[in-house]
This record gives sequence, C-alpha cells and structure tokens, in this order.
Amino acid sequence: MTPRDVACQELVELLTEYLEGALPPDEVAAVDQHLVDCDPCLRYLRQMRATGAALRLVPAEQVTETLSDQAVDTLLDAFRRRR
Amino acid sequence: MLRVARAHVRSHATAEEVVQETWLGVLRTLDRFEGRAQLRTWVFRILVNVARRHGKREARMNAELAGPTVDPDRFRGDDDPDWPGHWRDDGLPVDTDPEPALLAREFRDVLAAALGELPERQRAVVELRDVHGFDAQEVCELLDLTPANQRVLLHRGRARLRAAWEAAS
Repeated sequence: MTPRDVACQELVELLTEYLEGALPPDEVAAVDQHLVDCDPCLRYLRQMRATGAALRLVPAEQVTETLSDQAVDTLLDAFRRRR
Repeated sequence: MLRVARAHVRSHATAEEVVQETWLGVLRTLDRFEGRAQLRTWVFRILVNVARRHGKREARMNAELAGPTVDPDRFRGDDDPDWPGHWRDDGLPVDTDPEPALLAREFRDVLAAALGELPERQRAVVELRDVHGFDAQEVCELLDLTPANQRVLLHRGRARLRAAWEAAS
C-alpha cells in the first residue's frame, strides 16, 4: 500500500510522536516517505532532535530552580540532627 | 466501552487509556461489588467516572495546547495550486546544520533562557526529559500525565525552543 501524502504543515506536528516511536506503522511510512523527498522537513526534524540533545549539555543548575536559603538551612539542620 | 469513553474525551489514545484504567479500577474494587447492580452497569459507571475525569483534564490541557507549533504563515495555503500545506520559499526552516550550532555556548544560553519562558508543564516535561534524562514513562508518573499528553507537552516545548534558537541564529 502506498503511504498517504502528508503536507509539511501536518508533518511538523507529527515529529515528536515519530521520534518517540508512538506513531502507528502506516503513519511512520507516511512520514518516512515525505522525508525522502523534502529537505526542509528533514532539516526541521534534525533541528527538533538536536534541540533535545543540546539540552543535555545545559548544566542542570542553570535551569533548575534552587531552594530558598531558609529551606536549605532547615534541611541541613535536619540532616545534622540525624547524626 | 471505547465508544462511551470516546464521547467524553477527544482522542482515541486517551479513550484507550480510559478503558485500561477502568479495568484496573474494576479489578481493584471487585471485592466490593455486591451484586446489587448488574456487573455491566457497575463497570460502565466506573468507566464514565474515569472518562469524565480524563475529559476535564483534557479540556484544561487543550486550552493551553491548542493551535499549531509552527506559524501557519510559513506554509502555502490550502488553495495553493502546486503544493498546498508545504513550506513557502520565505518560510523555510533556517538552513543551519543544527549539531555544531547547538554545541556552541551561546546557543545553550539561548536554550536555557527559552526554557525558563515555557509554560509550566511544557517546561517540566522538557526539563525532565531533555535536561535530566528521565524516560517518557517516568515523566508520566512524576507529573501524573497520560503518555499522549506527555508527548504533546514535549512536542510543544521542543518546538518553541527550536524556534527560539532559530530566531537567534
């Protein structure tokens, strides 16, 4: 069976499901078929994937909210008293 | 059961989750079934409760998650004679090889800043998945999300971050 035609505008919304392995096989075939012929969408796919990968290089402390000084003190206090 | 669930929720995937959760609920509470109602009625009552809960959650999600992740103006209209729905020449994604660009420090700073601007749940999913490396199932459990919703949040979050570094490049 020939995969259905997917337009670029629809394809870009399927890419995370595609990358996550959550698309049914016939939809995977449709996406694959489109990507063979469409450089801009292939580029978009690689950029979405690379965005996720690049975030692994962002230091966790740069993005994670930190506890207030008071909360840290309370925790440290509790730890100390355990000993 | 799927059909009843489907009347309360918007996607087939969520309806399947509702049915699955219903059976789990049935199994968990089977001891308490007193036989006053028909078993079938009892099962469907559980189904409707589960489906309503999912439906409400979905409605909340959809308010935040409606609409496309890429500006529709970047695509040709449905009336385009040649390539409806395809990229317009002036709307193409930036022609940068993403891997080297994203390794650069300034791009990481752009990403980290854009991450801080994401709506709360998108940010939570992207952070846990991409910064901390949790897998999809773990994130669903931590944030009490269905697998389908977890993917939607991840998709929207990553798409916004991609757009952020595209705009900066």
